[in-house]
Amino acid sequence: MATPAKPKKIDRRRFLTDTARMAAGCAVGGSLLAYVARDAKALPDQALRPPGALAEDDFLAACVRCGLCVRDCPYDTLVLAELGQDGPATGTPYFTARDIPCEMCDDIPCIAACPTGALDKGLTNIEHAQMGTAVLVDQENCLNFLGLRCDVCYRVCPMIDEAITLEPRHNERSGAHAIFEPIVHAEHCTGCGICEKKCVLPEAAIKVLPVRLARGTPHEHYRKGWEEKDAKGAPVVEGIIDLPDRLPGPGTDNLAAPGGYIDGLVDGLPAMPKGNFGGSFEPTFKLPGVGQ
Amino acid sequence: MSTNGKVHIPVGQEAVELKGWYGAHKFLIWRRISQAFFLFLFLMGPWLGIWWVKGNLASSLTFDFLPLSDPFITLQMIFARHWPGTTALVGAFLVILVYAQIGGRVYCSWVCPINPVTDGASWLHRKLGIQKGWQPKRSARIWILGTVLLVSFATGTIAWEVINPITMLHRGLVFGMGWVWGLVAAIFLFDLFVARHGWCGHVCPVGAFYGLIGARSLLRISAVKRDACDDCMDCYAVCPEIHVISPALKGKGEATPLILSPDCTNCGRCIDVCAMDVFAFTNRFDTHVEAPTDAVSDPEPPTQNAA
Ligand code: SF4
Ligand code: SF4
Ligand code: SF4
Ligand code: SF4
Repeated sequence: MATPAKPKKIDRRRFLTDTARMAAGCAVGGSLLAYVARDAKALPDQALRPPGALAEDDFLAACVRCGLCVRDCPYDTLVLAELGQDGPATGTPYFTARDIPCEMCDDIPCIAACPTGALDKGLTNIEHAQMGTAVLVDQENCLNFLGLRCDVCYRVCPMIDEAITLEPRHNERSGAHAIFEPIVHAEHCTGCGICEKKCVLPEAAIKVLPVRLARGTPHEHYRKGWEEKDAKGAPVVEGIIDLPDRLPGPGTDNLAAPGGYIDGLVDGLPAMPKGNFGGSFEPTFKLPGVGQ
Repeated sequence: MSTNGKVHIPVGQEAVELKGWYGAHKFLIWRRISQAFFLFLFLMGPWLGIWWVKGNLASSLTFDFLPLSDPFITLQMIFARHWPGTTALVGAFLVILVYAQIGGRVYCSWVCPINPVTDGASWLHRKLGIQKGWQPKRSARIWILGTVLLVSFATGTIAWEVINPITMLHRGLVFGMGWVWGLVAAIFLFDLFVARHGWCGHVCPVGAFYGLIGARSLLRISAVKRDACDDCMDCYAVCPEIHVISPALKGKGEATPLILSPDCTNCGRCIDVCAMDVFAFTNRFDTHVEAPTDAVSDPEPPTQNAA
C-alpha cells in the first residue's frame, strides 16, 4: 500500500509546485503585459481617430487593427500606426489633419468597412461626426485676427457658416477697419481637419484637437438664464430688482457713485485727488453708448 | 543518438537517399508555398492593386464578400467588454469551423508568417548543435492564454495585440513595417539561444488557442507503419512538438497510431524526414497499423514487429 501512495504524493507535490510556478510566472508576465497595454492607451494630441470611432477606451477594446477602414478610405487619409514610429497604439488607425484631412465622404466607407464595431455604424450622417474639434490656437498670428481678409479656414470648411463663422469686430489698431474673427462652433465641427490642412501659415493657426483637449464642460447644474427666460417666455424670477451696472474704470466697486469717489463718503479713504479726474469718471476706453 | 550503427548521419539524409530530395522535403516545400501564397493574397492589393483580399490576419475581407477574423483576437475583444460587430463574429466563426476540421495548428505551420522565422531558428539550432536551453512546460502557453484573457478584461484592451508578433509582422508586411523587424529578430534569437522551439512550442497563446480549436480535428498524422521504424530519431529532431510523437510511434498493439495531441501542427515534416515512410496523413477514425513490407530494405528489422 505504501509504495503506490508514495509516488502519488510526490506527483501531487510536483503538481502543486508546477502550478505555483506557472501562476507566479503568469502574474509577473501578466502585470508586464497590462502595463504595456495601458501604456499603449496614450493617444498623441495631433492623432485623430476615424469618423464614428468609439471613445478611446472603448475603441481599444474593439479595434482589431485590421486596416479595412484604411483600405476603403478613398483619400488615403487613414493610416495604421507603425510600431515605434507613430504615436497611437501600434496598428490602430488614425489620421493627421495637416497631412491628409478627412474629406467627409457621404457614404462613410471607413465605417462601412469596419467589421468589429470599433467605428460605430450608428453614425450615418458624416456631418454629425466628432473626430475632433477645431480650435483657433494662435490669435496672434492668424491673418484674420491681424485684420487681413485671409478667410481660408472659413471658406474651405465643409460646414461653412455652421462650424466656422466670421464675427466682425472693430479694428482698434487702424481705427477704421474691421477684423473678421474666425470663430469655431464646436457642436457643428466634425473635426475633419480641412481648416488646419488649408491654413496658409507655415504652422497652422487653427488646429484640430481631440475633443477632450479642445473643450471644457460646464457644471451639471449650470443653467443659462437667458435661455430659461426664452423657454419660459417670461423672467424666471418674478419681480427681480434691477441692480446698477458696474462699469470699468477706477473705483467701479463703489456702486453709490459708479465710476468715481465722492469726497468724504467713505471713512478712512483719502479725499479725491484733485486734477483731471475732477471727481467725474472718464473710462479708459470707449464702450458703445458710453462717453464718446 | 541513433541505433543500428547509423551514428551521426545528418538528420534526413537517409530519407533523401531513399526518396530523393523532393520526396524528403515535399511537405516542407508545400508549406512554404502555402505560407507565401497566403501572404501574397494580402500583398496583391498594396503591390499590384488587385484587391481580392483586404485587411490582415486579424480580420480580412475576401472578394468584398467573405469575412474572416482571428478567433483569439475576437475572444479578447469580448473579454475587453466590447461585443464584436456581426461581420467580425461571422468571420471568427468561419475560421473556427475550418480549423476545427483540418487541425487548429495547421494555422501555425501552413499560414502563420512567424513560422518560417522559428523554423529557421530551429534549423540553425540543430546545425550548431546548441543545447535545448530553457524548456518551460508545454502547458505554459495555456497559462499565458488565460493570462492574456484576464489582462484583456482588466485593461479593457485587446491585450495580446500590443505585442503579438504574428499580426505585427503580417501588418508590417502589408501596411508598413515600423520597428517590427526588431521584434522578429528577437523571436529568432530567443528560439536560437534561449529556448529551442521556445516561441511556438511554449509561449505563443495564439497557437495554443488554435490548438484548442482543433483538439478534435479530422485531419491527423498517423504512424501507420510504426513497426518499420528503425529508431533513427530523425522525426524527433525535426518535430516542433516532439512530445506528440512517442504515444503514436512507440505505442504497441491496440494503442492508436494516430497523433491525437492538439499540439501537433500537421506540418508533415515527420513524413518527409522518415526514410521508412512510417507516417502519413489520414483521418482521426483511421486507426489501422500496416505491417512492414519486404520492400523496405532494412538490414536489421526491429524485433517488435509481432504486433
Ligand atoms: S469619411 Fe471618407 S475621407 Fe474621412 S476617413 Fe472616412 S473614408 Fe476617409
Ligand atoms: S476597420 Fe475597424 S477594426 Fe479594423 S482597423 Fe479600422 S477601426 Fe480597427
Ligand atoms: S475641422 Fe475645421 S473644416 Fe472641419 S468641420 Fe471643423 S471647423 Fe470645419
Ligand atoms: S486660414 Fe489660418 S491664417 Fe487664415 S484665417 Fe484661418 S486660421 Fe487665420
